[in-house]
Amino acid sequence: MATIILFAPLIGSILCGFGWRLIGEKAATWLATLLLFVAAVLSWNIFLTFDGETQHITVLRFIESGSLTTEWGIRLDRMSAIMLVVVNSVSALVHLYSIGYMAHDENWSHGESYRPRFFAYLSFFTFAMLALITSDSLVQMFFGWEGVGVASYLLIGFYYKKPSANAAAMKAFVVNRVGDFGFALGIFALFYLTDSVNFDDVFAAAPKLAETNLRFLWTEWNAANLIGVLLFIGAMGKSAQLFLHTWLPDAMEGPTPVSALIHAATMVTAGVFLVCRMSPIYEFAPDAKTMIVVVGATTAFFAATVGLVQNDIKRVIAYSTCSQLGYMFVAAGVGVYPVAMFHLFTHAFFKAMLFLGAGSVIHAMHHEQDMRNYGGLRKKVPFTFWAMLIGTLAITGVGIPLTHYGFAGFLSKDAVIESAWVGSNYAFTLLVIAAFMTSFYSWRLMFMTFFGAPRGDAEKHAHAHESPAVMLVPLAVLAMGAIFAGMVWYNSFFGDEAKMRAWFGIEAAAQGEAAATDHGTEAAATEAAPVDAASSEHTNEAAPAAPEAVTTEAAPATTAEVVATEAAAPEAGVAPKGAIYLGADNHVIHEAHNAPTWVKVSPFVAMVLGFLLAWKFYIRSPELPGKLAAQQRPLYLFLLNKWYFDELYDAIFVKPALWLGRFLWKRGDEKVIDGTLNGVALGIIPFFTKLAGRWQSGYVFTYAFAMVLGIAALLTWMTLTVGH
Amino acid sequence: MTYLLSIITFLPAVAAAILALFLRGSGEATANNAKWLALIATSATFLISLILLVGFDPANPGMQFVEEGSWIAGLHYKMGVDGISILFVLLTTFLMPITILSCWGVETRVKEYMIAFLLLESLMLGVFMALDLVLFYLFFEAGLIPMFLIIGIWGGQNRIYAAFKFFLYTFLGSVLMLVAMIAMYMAAGTTDIPTLMAFEFSSEPMAVLGMTITGGLQTLLFLAFFASFAVKMPMWPVHTWLPDAHVQAPTGGSVVLAAIMLKMGGYGFLRFSLPMFPVGSAVMADLVFWMSAIAIVYTSLVALAQEDMKKLIAYSSVAHMGYVTMGIFAANQQGVDGAIFQMISHGFISGAMFLCVGVIYDRMHTREIDAYGGLVSRMPAYALVFMFFTMANVGLPGTSGFIGEFLVLAGIFQVNTWVAAVATTGVILSAAYGLYLYRRVAFGALVKEALATIQDMSRRERAIFAPLIVMTLLLGVYPALVTDIIGPSVAQLVTDYHASIPAVAEVATH
Repeated sequence: MATIILFAPLIGSILCGFGWRLIGEKAATWLATLLLFVAAVLSWNIFLTFDGETQHITVLRFIESGSLTTEWGIRLDRMSAIMLVVVNSVSALVHLYSIGYMAHDENWSHGESYRPRFFAYLSFFTFAMLALITSDSLVQMFFGWEGVGVASYLLIGFYYKKPSANAAAMKAFVVNRVGDFGFALGIFALFYLTDSVNFDDVFAAAPKLAETNLRFLWTEWNAANLIGVLLFIGAMGKSAQLFLHTWLPDAMEGPTPVSALIHAATMVTAGVFLVCRMSPIYEFAPDAKTMIVVVGATTAFFAATVGLVQNDIKRVIAYSTCSQLGYMFVAAGVGVYPVAMFHLFTHAFFKAMLFLGAGSVIHAMHHEQDMRNYGGLRKKVPFTFWAMLIGTLAITGVGIPLTHYGFAGFLSKDAVIESAWVGSNYAFTLLVIAAFMTSFYSWRLMFMTFFGAPRGDAEKHAHAHESPAVMLVPLAVLAMGAIFAGMVWYNSFFGDEAKMRAWFGIEAAAQGEAAATDHGTEAAATEAAPVDAASSEHTNEAAPAAPEAVTTEAAPATTAEVVATEAAAPEAGVAPKGAIYLGADNHVIHEAHNAPTWVKVSPFVAMVLGFLLAWKFYIRSPELPGKLAAQQRPLYLFLLNKWYFDELYDAIFVKPALWLGRFLWKRGDEKVIDGTLNGVALGIIPFFTKLAGRWQSGYVFTYAFAMVLGIAALLTWMTLTVGH
Repeated sequence: MTYLLSIITFLPAVAAAILALFLRGSGEATANNAKWLALIATSATFLISLILLVGFDPANPGMQFVEEGSWIAGLHYKMGVDGISILFVLLTTFLMPITILSCWGVETRVKEYMIAFLLLESLMLGVFMALDLVLFYLFFEAGLIPMFLIIGIWGGQNRIYAAFKFFLYTFLGSVLMLVAMIAMYMAAGTTDIPTLMAFEFSSEPMAVLGMTITGGLQTLLFLAFFASFAVKMPMWPVHTWLPDAHVQAPTGGSVVLAAIMLKMGGYGFLRFSLPMFPVGSAVMADLVFWMSAIAIVYTSLVALAQEDMKKLIAYSSVAHMGYVTMGIFAANQQGVDGAIFQMISHGFISGAMFLCVGVIYDRMHTREIDAYGGLVSRMPAYALVFMFFTMANVGLPGTSGFIGEFLVLAGIFQVNTWVAAVATTGVILSAAYGLYLYRRVAFGALVKEALATIQDMSRRERAIFAPLIVMTLLLGVYPALVTDIIGPSVAQLVTDYHASIPAVAEVATH
């Protein structure tokens, strides 16, 4: 079944991309869509019936060189089951939506056929993404990783006549490659140290890595930390984290369904997936985890600030995506991988919906994307309005505080923030501030688009119309997800630790239960935590010692506890069971459950404040934002220009690279190398020119023949004289 | 079966002789006959070489299909293939019919053109099969001549300069190799390559002009061979002949040059340098690593600044060959497997890239990047093929370009992380120059008037690309096709290499 899911999109892509001339455009696009729905239904079947036992399916041999052996295969565990559902559901819905959205596109003149190409790319993307999430080795993952990169490149540059789209596509690919540089080095380092690139072998070797030092570049590194950091650099590229984020906003050049599928719900979350997938390594890499937390939190904050002032509706949502990815990384970085996956899961629904809703608005407004030209669209596109409203309620995290009733984002985002509180004050503070800003810019978007008086081109407003059913149905389905995905799966991801462990197939469920029920154990666990925190600060020596410290700390509690702790530590040489590994000393989830009330309420308060401020700015007194922008002009420009990252990178990377290329070519190759060698050859030049003169008169073959004879004679002479 | 290798090697030469002796006249019919004969001869060679593949036993790391005999003037004739060389033979026989097909539009001196290519094929095949030092040298050097003529007669504006630059560079390197060969013969008393591979050349430190040379004779011999092979590869900083040669060469010449002739250098390192001078190789490995790493970064940056499509691709070839040399001297299974894989894969990809340039050059007669733009609108099939090979050139997983790079980098990482890190930046830079080229040529609106009526690829052109696409994908998805064949021979090579380096030298180089 998993094999069918994996290959259905590929077949759809090939049939649609190459077969449309035979079966017609319409049939081709519907065929691709249909195959995706088949994959989606099968994925839900796997997701709902999966029993937690990891399965390996081998498809074909892949790279084999000495001890490096990999296969094309499928690894089916809870992580891939979650991702299968996310990717295939959103992809199927986006396919359906695109049938309506791409029906008429003003970027193409009459007679140009672009639809089959679009659907072929979408399906190809889905295939690559599935290859990524179902991979059983880092190499296949890298295949999917780059494959989605190419699909993203092709789709961002889909309107290839627009220079801006081409530039954005190239930027996306190259910036991603910067991340891949780290990813690739991480793979090489893993192979070097563990002699394998397959997950099970690598995971089994993780505890040993923590005790290994590796000389890399200028200094000695703790192997686990080094690998963790290198892989995370890859994740930063794909998931648009700070410093490697610049491509994501530009990627909005692609058609909106692409933004929904690739640049919101699936591809950009691949980095989070990577970190969670590699949890057995990260559990032994405290420094790498700290880096993830800091980068994630900073990105969440940075992107939210930029989102405050953008005017292009898609860019607002793009920065929002960037920011939400930061949330996921914080969760992964503090060690609660299930929560990172939870936010990834819910985010996929509501963010895809926000993008598709924005697409519906853009569709209605004849490809106008500037929110300053919107206003009052509530009545023109009522259905879209309701969908966007649900999306906004979900992303801002509306729910009933201190209960588990609320929109999807309420449950997952609060889980992230509570976990962050356990792990890092820095992250907690920034995330709460970011939650406030998220609420502000989301409501700003809603108010500017759907409320107030119509602005801009009256003609466009007059013709604004609700989208066709093929576009609205996906919105409705995603809205269900945005409402219920959090509540239904809250316990499986976060709420009930025992259930979560069983759900992810983690072996040491006993410990979790013990910790949750037994008061004595709870105390021991909390006592143990500060020790871990302290020890993780002295990195290298303390890290290997940490598990022991915990065992001794926990010993007085109960005997059952000790046994459980030992069971939790992976036996040497055997990969830990389950989709995610939580170290024996990882009690973050447990502590997050016991976070004080003010911590649990703080994101809600931030959300309400953000809403009120947006309401004040854009409904109550709409002149305020302009005044404030004028008053704080430098700050406004700083934010509007996205902290000037693009300008900075252009000045320190792009321009110097081009200049250096020219310099090396003109100076290096032509002056120095050729100059020197020509100087050496100076003696031969007269001969050279003479020959060249004769050349024209047809003596060429004579010369050639003479050369052959010369060599032959030389050799014969040599052999004869030396040999006899 | 006994003479299989000789048949494969000399079949094209026989066809060339038939063309030269029996085909008279200069009309269009003659030209057509010449082309068809060349196509048939090269295709037949390819088909016969498949027998070689079927009969080859990958588990045996030694020489197979060996032919031996006396030759004129006391010289020895010996041919054979092992896991390292057989794929180069097949690469050559596979690519030649494609090259001949790509020359279908040539109008001047067609018969001679075909003769040159047929002769070239024989000589290149000989290089990969020769098991005697003198025989190897003859093939290796004589191969220069047809290529020299192809560039010099059928080349572009500045062909004379380019042809001589090509010839002088490669020939000067070879002179040193010849001297080294004489020295080897004096030391070992034989020109038999398998015997020489087992022979231990002295590695006692020796003093030359007051300098002590670690590794002694081996290092000197290594350097002499290195001079020849490094130029051939080409390695930085002796690469500058390649862009000029490519720019001036006709499309077919570029294809053979990039796809096959460059591999002679890499093959030479594998056949001579590593097995015969292990100590010399170990002593010089760091130099090779850094030359390779610099080549990757340097030529990638230079490629970024190019305005001529062929030059850009030529520079990218140099960068890709950097991975090859690096992998070979990493001297572990992954490194050497990767280097061979990269050479085979580069044969398909760079050949296809030059053919891509050829397609539009035939239409517009310019290689200037700025003369194009927006081709995707009128040439969708071409745009697809060009995109595919651009991505393969960039090393996208799923294409053969990835496997070689990946294995080489995994190999070199175990030896020197600095070099690995510098070389890995190549993945960023190759994406930059590759996509930048593609964007300027294929994307954008088609506004240039000269391009308004450009036609998409013809059937012949599609037929040329189809096998290349198939191979690039096949090897990218199922690399075991290659690694199964080369694996045992490479394992043997690597084991022998490490066994023959004294522990001291091993430590000193790491």
